[in-house]
Amino acid sequence: MAKITYITSDNQTHTVEVQNGLTVMEGAVQNDIPGIDADCGGGMACATCHVYVKEDWFNKIPKKEDGEDDMLDMAFEPKTNSRLSCQIIVSDELDGLEVNIPSKQA
Amino acid sequence: MKKTDALIIGAGPTGLFTAHQLKLIGLDCEIVDNLDKVGGQCIELYPDKPIYDIPAVPECTGEELTNNLLNQLKPFDIKFHLSERVEEVKKEDNDWLVKTSGGNSFLTPNVIIAGGVGSFEPRKFSPKECEKFENKSLFYSVKDKNIFKGKTVSIFGGGDSALDWAIELSKESKVNLIHRRDEFRGAQATVDKMHALVKDGKINLFTKYQMANVHGEQTLESIDIKHDNDEIKNLKTEHVLGFFGLIMQLGPIANWGLNLNKKTIEVDTEKFETNQKGIYAVGDICNYPGKLKLILSGFHEGALAARACFKLARPDEKYRFEFTTTSTNLLKRLGKKE
Repeated sequence: MAKITYITSDNQTHTVEVQNGLTVMEGAVQNDIPGIDADCGGGMACATCHVYVKEDWFNKIPKKEDGEDDMLDMAFEPKTNSRLSCQIIVSDELDGLEVNIPSKQA
Repeated sequence: MKKTDALIIGAGPTGLFTAHQLKLIGLDCEIVDNLDKVGGQCIELYPDKPIYDIPAVPECTGEELTNNLLNQLKPFDIKFHLSERVEEVKKEDNDWLVKTSGGNSFLTPNVIIAGGVGSFEPRKFSPKECEKFENKSLFYSVKDKNIFKGKTVSIFGGGDSALDWAIELSKESKVNLIHRRDEFRGAQATVDKMHALVKDGKINLFTKYQMANVHGEQTLESIDIKHDNDEIKNLKTEHVLGFFGLIMQLGPIANWGLNLNKKTIEVDTEKFETNQKGIYAVGDICNYPGKLKLILSGFHEGALAARACFKLARPDEKYRFEFTTTSTNLLKRLGKKE
């Protein structure tokens, strides 16, 4: 279990407990947090669950696998700390993770 | 005005198999899709990626799955209306009047929405100012490459479309290629060719840059691109091309009076009917408790929706369940029996 904080583009903060094994995307969708569309359902095929991960956390969480950066090319306003939240799997180590949701997904 | 027993919106795997089921039970159908080819997400998002969870098909790519479904439809005469988006669905007595962007209209008792997550639209640049030049000097696809002759064209993106056009247009235009990172996801041979042209000074390459702004009154004059380190560069350019792939938008479906849940349509699990009688939703776009966004679920949903269509298309006949192994009727329709 990890407490994860989602910050929307208008600075609303949502902190929820997410079970280990779920993805950061699923944590947002299951808790009705706005701004994560996840059109493809977690298949790394749409880039609509795009988030920005704060620098310190970005280096701590498991690295991107092949293909994630390819999808991020298509995301809305990608930055160097961009991730697809469907590819970040929640574990105890992620307790306290903060992610920023972009103003749009496309 | 075309009359049909059922109109299917979406030519992805679910739409194609739903058409098979309709024709098999003796109903007519036509299919409309916004893309210029059949296959939906399978063709647009992952034509080359293997799929491993189609029952009895251990492994196949999105393209193979689409071709197999088309083969399965061969015994039947089905009209496809591609590159057309359904704009309007309106009640007319006991039927639905459906109008498309291509000027077609259909009168049908049954509309089956097999629309994936809506229609595919190009992903656009983020600065709002870009809209001003859209389809004038800023494009998301190339219709006539001759307009770029002798001009400066700035191309954004890192996939095959961006690379192919950068290479092609570099023959007769001044080309800037701009991408957000150093790696390109296009085919290696294409990436190598592009780098060779950069070396020869035929393509100006800017990596770790993204679109920041556009300038110009009536016509586009220049663009600002921004580096990861916030440095801004101004490029004189007459045209801009953006290739960021496609995004699915619900589009006009949102205006048809259907019960929606985010980007999905609520249906029952008996007929896969929406809150509107005679309008069904199947595949990724439908939603019910326990819904799985799997191709196999779409096939099941389409089969059941097709049976529900029978009641409205043939109110005076009784639908009888039959197997393709034994039914003379079905074998005739499949062209296996005289």
